[in-house]
Formats: sequence, structure tokens, C-alpha cells
Amino acid sequence: MKKLVQDFEVLQRKELNDEHFVLDVKALEPLPEIRPGQFVNVLVKDSNTTFLRRPLSIHFVDYEHNTISLYIKKIGDGTKKLGNLKEGDSLNIVYPLGNQYSIPNNANTLLVGGGCGVAPLLYLAKHLKEAGNNVTTLLGVRSEKDAVELDAYKEYGNILVTTEDGSFGEKGYPTQHSVLEKEKFDYVFTCGPEPMMKAVAAYSVQKNIPCEVSLENTMACGFGACLCCITETTEGNKCTCTEGPVFNINDLKW
Amino acid sequence: MVNLGVKLKDLSLKNPVMTASGTFGFGEEFEDFIDLSNLGGILVKGTTRHHREGNPYPRMAETPSGMLNAVGLQNKGVENFCKEIYPRIKHYDTNILVNVSGSVIEDYVETAAMINELEYIPAIELNISCPNVKEGGMAFGTSCTSAASVVKAVREVYNKHLMVKLSPNVTDITEIAKAVEAEGADSVSLINTLLGMAIDAETRKPLLSTVTGGLSGPAVKPVALRMVWQVFNAVNIPIVGLGGIMNAKDAIEFILAGATAIQIGTANFIDPQVTEKVVVGIEDYMKRHNVQDINDLIGTLQIQ
Repeated sequence: MKKLVQDFEVLQRKELNDEHFVLDVKALEPLPEIRPGQFVNVLVKDSNTTFLRRPLSIHFVDYEHNTISLYIKKIGDGTKKLGNLKEGDSLNIVYPLGNQYSIPNNANTLLVGGGCGVAPLLYLAKHLKEAGNNVTTLLGVRSEKDAVELDAYKEYGNILVTTEDGSFGEKGYPTQHSVLEKEKFDYVFTCGPEPMMKAVAAYSVQKNIPCEVSLENTMACGFGACLCCITETTEGNKCTCTEGPVFNINDLKW
Repeated sequence: MVNLGVKLKDLSLKNPVMTASGTFGFGEEFEDFIDLSNLGGILVKGTTRHHREGNPYPRMAETPSGMLNAVGLQNKGVENFCKEIYPRIKHYDTNILVNVSGSVIEDYVETAAMINELEYIPAIELNISCPNVKEGGMAFGTSCTSAASVVKAVREVYNKHLMVKLSPNVTDITEIAKAVEAEGADSVSLINTLLGMAIDAETRKPLLSTVTGGLSGPAVKPVALRMVWQVFNAVNIPIVGLGGIMNAKDAIEFILAGATAIQIGTANFIDPQVTEKVVVGIEDYMKRHNVQDINDLIGTLQIQ
């Protein structure tokens, strides 16, 4: 899959809550094939503290309108600057980067996301449904106001939520949700804070279900040149950007 | 038509733009973005006698106008390079230089001797300046005696172009440059990264697993320019300048300070097409200033 560096045009910015927003950007040339789990590396302009690009998960791809959606959490100056982009602004993007989630056929699949780690799950849910899988998406958030985009996930299957304060869905963390014991899943996919992913991995091991996680390491280039974003695997250090970000938990030293 | 071709002694470059080792993989990582044949040369990843896993994560920290790295020369060793990687990249229509590192002199010598046998590798860059390995590396490049001894030993087994990469983490870089010139280095490249560190005040922890690491990017450019200028006035062998070059203007500044060629490093991470843009930008500069031959610019800094 050929990697590209291109200018995109910002179509719109959708504020989801105080912290998160979705940026829809339009490619000026027809989009290449983009697989679920892949990411982009975007250039932040006019920031004194942001020197490197910012790697961001691909939240959704709309080939009809030639757009990519990016799900972004305002953390530092770089992501805050991205949160100020307006319609018509230009955004330079290196993409598509990284490997992809596996897509089984006709299986009962569970997607577990937390925080801004939910980013790649919507596009994954779409691909899983198209391959004939039953899709359950389980999102862990702090409170009701963080439970966003639920209708989008409903397009592709069930949507379940846990909130830490119990204001919506079941109270607790996603790995405490009752569905995990009630239903039998064939595949688990997860992305989110590392403690959550480790808990999901432990559940998968206990139930003997294949599990893939998407890791987020600090990286400089995003395409395997700098060797900064390594993850320790059973076969030695691997670049998270090229041999990940998606890893089978059996390959990790968790 | 302006002339962009330069010579590092017997090594001809179609233009002065090369890539810095450790920022360009084996060149393959950039094939989607640029045509490698448009470059004067590429410096492939640091290679050692034996396989190295490198340092633990985290290995990188972003800093104002730059970054710190502590990769620690992760590579699969010179035998793997010769057998697996060399056959894949040897057809590139550009100069391929291998950056050679070691912990002890014997490692440098054995690695250089193996690469000496590779027909399409016209030069090595001897790395006596890596700040990220516990033993060896930078230790060789911070004293004249040890720098001279490793160059002397490698010179005996390596008969192609021998470039030596200098450390800026020294009191007087010209002394080291003169010492390696005296032992037969064909050129010097400078600077390697500056030793630095970054701290997270909230967690009270260092941002790198190794605590300290090498600083690169525009933050180091003024230091690099100063050192290129000093070395240009101290040695007779050609100089390859690097340190924070982000565009053609930066590259021209290094050439004016005395560099015959330049290397682009960290900028490759931000714009994977930067190297080609710098070649075009140098040509534009020459046309604007009515300079027919790039060689007429080298070391022509005008001091009142």
C-alpha cells in the first residue's frame, strides 16, 4: 500500500464534548484504500511547542465524499491547534500508515473502546459488519456527556456503554459489563488506555478468545524510519507504526 | 544549467544533499515519497558487528524546535546487512553509505572490513559519536587519542572513502577533526546529536528510558554551523555538514560555512519529501544569485 503525503481541506469540525472533537477532512485526489486500524500523521502549523507531526487514528472513511474523519482529544498544544481548524483550512497528512485489524467472517465480535481510544472502532465496526459478523461495541466513558456518537455505532450492531459515575449504561469499567459473561464472543478488538486494554486482554485469555489491541506509542516519523515507537514483542522490538499499531495479544509481552 | 555536483575527495555526488544516518532507515522507507536517485547520497542506519536490540521504550521526546532520541543503534548486525539488506538496496542510483558503529575497536574493524567487500557501497561513515550506547560510541569521539586509534585501525582494512562522524559533545571539535584527518580520514561529517535530557515535572520522571539522549532538529543548527565553520578553518579534508537542516536556505548556510555536502536528518520525519525539495531549492538559490557551480559557494562566508 503506497504511502502518500498530501494536503487535505477541512470540511467541518464537530465538537463532541469539552475534550473531544471530530475533524472531517477532504482529499483533493481520490482516496486510496484505507483499512480499519490504520492511522495518519498530521502536520500542526503555527505551534511553538509542536515540532513533530501528530499521529491520529482514522475514525471513519467516506469514499463517496472523499473524506477522512479524525477523532481527536485536546491534550497538548498540537491537538488544541487542530481544534481551532476551520472549514476551508488546509491540513498536511502522511497516510495511510500502519497495519490493520483482522476481519473475520460470520463471527460474533466484541469491540471495546475507552477514552479517545474509541477512534478506530467505528470504521472497524463497518468493515466487520460488511464481512457478515455480528458486532457489539462496548464503550467505557466517565459520564453520560462522554457517551457520544452512539447512533453511528448502531448502524453496524449493538452499542453498550459503561460510565464511571453510573450516569448512563452500566456503572463501572467496560471489563465489568454484564455482556462479557452473558454472551459468547469469537473475537475481541480493543483500543484505549493501556490498563483497560490489558484488562480486556486478560478477559480474552481467560475465555480463550483471539484478541487484537491497537497501541499508541510516541513516534517521530510514522513509517518505520526512526525506530522510536518500538513495542516489545515475543520476537524482539517492533515498530508500532509499521508492524502495528494493531497487535495480537499473543505477540506482546503483557 | 547550474552544476550541483560535488566531490568528497574521490567520491562524486550528483548534488550535495545526503540523508543523515538513523533518520532514513535503509532508504526503502522513503521510496513511496521520493525518487532516491535525485539525492547525492543516502546514509543508511547505524550498523554494528552484532545484533543490537537498542534501548527500551520510551526512546524519543519532543522538545522545543527539536527532539531527543535514545534509540541506541537498534540493528540486526553487519552480517544481516550484507546478506539481507544490501541485495535489496544496491541498485539505487545514488551513493549508499553505511554508518558503522562499535563498542570496541575490533567491532569497528570487522564491520568495516565486511562492508569493504560490497561493490556498491563506495564509502562508510564511521560513527565515533553516538551518545546512546553505554560503552564505545561517543567515548571514541571525545578524545583525540581514542578517535585517532579507531580511525587508524579501520583505515588499515577499509580502502574506500572513509568519512568520520564527529561528536559536538567536546571542548574543541577542531582537535578531534585534526586527529582523524592525520590518521587518514577522507572526510568528516558533523555534528552528531548533542547530549540532552527532558523531564516531566508532573511525574518527576525523565522522558527517556535512558534519562539522557541526543538532541537534533533546528534547535541545534546554530551550534552545528559554528562547528562546521571552525572545522573548515582547521582541516584540509572535505566537510559534510548536518544539524537541524529543514530547508534549502539552511543547507546553503552550511555550504557557506564550509560544508562540501550536507545531510538532512530529523526533517525527514516531518516532511518525507524534504530532501528532494532541498535539491530544487539549492538550484533556485544558485540561479537567483547567479552562481553557476555549487563548488564556488563552499566556504565563501563573507566576513567583514
